[in-house]
Amino acid sequence: MSAAAQPPLGVSGATRRRGLPWRRRHPIAHMAIVRLALGVVTLFAVSVLIFLATQALPGNAAYAVLGHSATPQRLHALEAQLHLNESLVAQYGHWIGGVLRGDFGTSLANGESVSALIGPRIVNSAVLVFLAGIIGSLLATAMGLIAAARRDGWFDHVSSVGALTVTAMPEFVVGIAVVIIFAINVFHLFPAVSVIPPGTSPLSNVSLLVLPVLTLSVVIAPYIFRMMRAAMIEALESDYVEMAELKGLSRRRILLVHALPNALPPVIQVIGLNLLYLAGGIVVVEYIFNYPGLGAALVAAVSDRDIPTIQFLVLMLAAFYVAVNIVTDMLALWASPRRRAAR
Amino acid sequence: MTIDRARAEDHARTLAGDGSASPLLAVDSLRVVLAGSATDVVDEVSFTLDAGEVLGLVGESGSGKTTVALALMGYARRGLAIDGGTVTLDGVNVLGLDQAALRRLRGSTVAYVAQDPTSALNPALKVRTQLREVLAAHRPDLSDEQVDARIAELLAEVRLDGVAAALDSFPHQLSGGQQQRVMLAIAFACRPRLIVLDEPTTGLDVTTQRHVLDSIRGLCRIYHVAAVYVSHDLAVIADIADRIGVMYAGRLVELGPTERAFRAPGHPYTRGLLRAIPDPARAHVLEGLEGQPPRPGSRPEGCSFAARCEFAIAECRIGSPPIAALADGGHWARCRRAAEVAQLPPLGELPLRERAAGAADQALLTVENLSAQYGERQVLAGVSFSVAPRRCLAIVGESGAGKTTLARCIVGLHAQWQGSMTFDGAALRGDRRGRDRATIRALQYVFQNPYTSLNPRKTVGQLVEQPLRQLFKLPASERQARVVGALRDAALSEAYLPRYPDQLSGGERQRVAIARSLVVEPKLLVCDEVTSALDVSVQAAIVELLHRLKLERELTIVLITHNLALVRSLADDVVILRDGEVIEQGPEVLDHPRAPYTHQLLSDVPSLSLA
Amino acid sequence: MSSRREWLVILGRAARSPRGAVGLVLSGLVVALAIVGPFVAPYSPTQTVTATFATPSGAFPLGSDVLGRDVLSRTLAGGWELLAVAAAATILGVSLGVILGISAAYLGRYTDGLIMRIVDIFLAFPQLVFALLLVSVVGPKIWLIIVAVGISHAPQVARVLRSVALEVCERDFVKAVELMDTPAPKVMFGEVLPNLLSVVMVELGLRFTYSILIIAGMSFLGFGIQPPAANWGLMIQENRIGLVVNPWAVIAPTALIAILTIGLNTFTDAVARASLGVDRPADEVAATAGIALETSA
Repeated sequence: MSAAAQPPLGVSGATRRRGLPWRRRHPIAHMAIVRLALGVVTLFAVSVLIFLATQALPGNAAYAVLGHSATPQRLHALEAQLHLNESLVAQYGHWIGGVLRGDFGTSLANGESVSALIGPRIVNSAVLVFLAGIIGSLLATAMGLIAAARRDGWFDHVSSVGALTVTAMPEFVVGIAVVIIFAINVFHLFPAVSVIPPGTSPLSNVSLLVLPVLTLSVVIAPYIFRMMRAAMIEALESDYVEMAELKGLSRRRILLVHALPNALPPVIQVIGLNLLYLAGGIVVVEYIFNYPGLGAALVAAVSDRDIPTIQFLVLMLAAFYVAVNIVTDMLALWASPRRRAAR
Repeated sequence: MTIDRARAEDHARTLAGDGSASPLLAVDSLRVVLAGSATDVVDEVSFTLDAGEVLGLVGESGSGKTTVALALMGYARRGLAIDGGTVTLDGVNVLGLDQAALRRLRGSTVAYVAQDPTSALNPALKVRTQLREVLAAHRPDLSDEQVDARIAELLAEVRLDGVAAALDSFPHQLSGGQQQRVMLAIAFACRPRLIVLDEPTTGLDVTTQRHVLDSIRGLCRIYHVAAVYVSHDLAVIADIADRIGVMYAGRLVELGPTERAFRAPGHPYTRGLLRAIPDPARAHVLEGLEGQPPRPGSRPEGCSFAARCEFAIAECRIGSPPIAALADGGHWARCRRAAEVAQLPPLGELPLRERAAGAADQALLTVENLSAQYGERQVLAGVSFSVAPRRCLAIVGESGAGKTTLARCIVGLHAQWQGSMTFDGAALRGDRRGRDRATIRALQYVFQNPYTSLNPRKTVGQLVEQPLRQLFKLPASERQARVVGALRDAALSEAYLPRYPDQLSGGERQRVAIARSLVVEPKLLVCDEVTSALDVSVQAAIVELLHRLKLERELTIVLITHNLALVRSLADDVVILRDGEVIEQGPEVLDHPRAPYTHQLLSDVPSLSLA
Repeated sequence: MSSRREWLVILGRAARSPRGAVGLVLSGLVVALAIVGPFVAPYSPTQTVTATFATPSGAFPLGSDVLGRDVLSRTLAGGWELLAVAAAATILGVSLGVILGISAAYLGRYTDGLIMRIVDIFLAFPQLVFALLLVSVVGPKIWLIIVAVGISHAPQVARVLRSVALEVCERDFVKAVELMDTPAPKVMFGEVLPNLLSVVMVELGLRFTYSILIIAGMSFLGFGIQPPAANWGLMIQENRIGLVVNPWAVIAPTALIAILTIGLNTFTDAVARASLGVDRPADEVAATAGIALETSA
């Protein structure tokens, strides 16, 4: 297998169409399909879990919801509405059947359709997550690159310590700090709450977005920074970068063409994970800023024990998780030719 | 070789014209230290090199040979710093150049070929990119078409032109040999004056190694390029180098023409190395070197080798030994007794190996028609052989031949096989979990890598005792006695009992692993490439240990290896394996090979014949 | 790492490093304050003693809060329960995660597949949301918080342990011990686990930090430790409206949580470096990956 007479290797998808199975030729598409299928299965499993958590726990759910205002008639009515008299499996069947039809039930808090209530908030939260995700990732990646390129310099030390500090702080601490600094006590640059009038797009009044986005960006930036820095350093210390130095290539080329592409895959993974983290992070941040999004809705729903709303929101979040996971993995696979074009 | 002869000859003529009155490369008192300290890693290294000449730099791990090689390009790895001396290339002192000048030098005037092409080639960039960039960086005058033409030429020179789409591939899509040839192409791209090669054939199969060595030699000759070839493999050096320099503990201890240095070495260390390596043509007893080279920072007064040297006298330990010129010019050694040492024939009184008695006894292990798979991939097909008791059977093959799979099947670590195996009269089950204790005890296995086969969290005593606790019911005192006995058989004293593996050297660790197998008193020991991860001088000691155990403990050994010279030295019977099939077998295979593959293997092996 | 008490050696090394020393001091101060605090508080943490949101004065160094209670006393008393609950949740979560992770790595195939599928399902929930979900039905009971937060840690710990254990399980010394006919649990916990100690220590540190964050966060949202008990998370929430009047009611608990978590994180980072021995970047990726690849919400 090593004599020069051996048939040539060197596979490039385009030149070896015959003989190679479809999945080898389009590894990314193949992976997306498999993961989508798995994702759907996962979501079903998640829905079961949500259902069990909310309706199978000790204590009569209806009583828990109504609390002290539980008169026998209202109890009966609620139980009928929630199908609590039927078996667990039947209850699940009712619920999942509705979900698949797009009917997520009625909110127990104010009697309206859950999907109508929550719909616009999805957009608000999405804007927040993606703005914070993009700004935070870009800034952190750039900072990580510089810190690794000028390792042990002042920039590196300052940003590393900064990252370590911020990583530890809970997002509500960051949020409060941001409010204290920029809104109330130190400067008075931005409003302390971001109440967006219903029906308007969040982008129409940018100053309302600044503080929440800033908070979320600050929360995720350190993780991305540290991973970028570490991955770049590993690349810069690798044998192939040493080889590039010994070939006499310029420092810039080594940094951007040799090291960076190899550092990206783990960074993409971390960015993905942090986007997921944001899905939970918005809960607290929206609450602090009174921002009308999914997170604030969840908090309110939990306070009110509004079970259908809770179920809907958590399911939405889980779907978001699965989707981001798939996209992240696809991106990571695209960024690492080694795993893509295995021989 | 499909090199454009006319153009090459022109090129050679222009270079040869300078008469070589002064050498191309002159290294003087090169010194490299640990960054930020005065502790030297390499010191007093001086040598010269002419255009077209190949200097082999020989040494074991830690000798500093790679450090010297990199310093020739003005490069020091992280944690090291070049502290003194000059490296004059074509009249210019490389060590005095600034960063910009060094960048221009590297890749164009001086090129480097790394040891491991898998890690030296960027996995994220295509081969074409990695070839182009060196031309783009140093020959901006070339147009794109000229660059492409040059690349096509290079591929032909290194015999990669037959590989379809090599340029469009990523490195991991090529084989090890192909990757190394890409490295050679990159190195020769700008027609350097000096090439530094760092063990470029390590890890390659014998046949591929042969091809790569031939390529290197050819390219150097034709383009009149000087080369420094770093290696620990004396046989390969003998094959390719015109002169050799031997490094020990950061110093050059001997320098001279290859033939002469090997026939009449002046330094005891060189002599020791020669006596430690097996010869594929002649089975002699090996003599290892006890001890280890001193680390940087703990180098003693006087000669660094004195502690391990059989020729050492009192003066050797005081003051460093002077350079002694040896009878024939151009050959010197750093030793007070160099002249005497050079007079002794290097393999002197090393006796020939005694062959074990005939194989008439009932076979201890019989393998019949064994076929094995990994998932869907067929690894072994129809393998049959038998192992006679108290003899050593060597299973020889290139990487991928299936040797390790075979070893794992025998010992029960791999269960996906068909066929039959009989051990000590009883059938062997595929999975070790189905085997009874007596079989497990009698059939033991020593792993290749002593750095991973011992649990770093346990002491030597615990490690060697573990199989006793698992497989026997013995009182503690009895266990202790056996542990001490096993260690002694492996030439380790009781002082080793409380030590942890990371306090031991590679050779010591391997001995602990062997002791661990011996402690249960096995009948058959399967040794899987047990010397591959060790330094040359240490290998010999392990080989001799195994030989002694075979005789004293009446142990039967199955030796898995790719090293033909080792087989010659240790084995009584040989099985040649290729792509999962037995090519030929028997006690006379190396002396009287019949299959063409065996012939090929034997002729491709670089050898250092001193007999 | 060659000493018997490997974990002690690592801790010692971490404590002596600059980062480790700083982290230890910071977190140690806060922990000490939280434990001793209730005994030295000048006033009762639940009693109204003066006007609401009074600014700092001699009698009340940090002023008063939304119900006129002494901020200093509430701050001193508001930490221990948080720490205790977080500690319990951490131990539960990490133990569960370690067992699952090593089992998945060693037993492979079906066990691995099963465990990882279950883990994936749980990973589809942000930790905070999972805890909220359970709390929404049963109510904010302490045991539920411990269980919810603990269980939410387990999948991530399992993932990390599994990937590290996989590498260890491939090593020859594990195979060597298998060849001695050693039963599986003994191999897993006698051979593999001791080589994972440093990872477990780092996970304990990380998860403890996250536990504190989540539980404080839940209290902040009103679903954790209930009023009128003094609790730092709760204090931050209930005193927000008075930020312009007496910011100290918010700043004091915020600062303490921040200092504690920063200190813990810094010390855990020092432990991660200490267990690597040398500051090699390749391992720094692994260590940072261990730290950065966790999500906590």
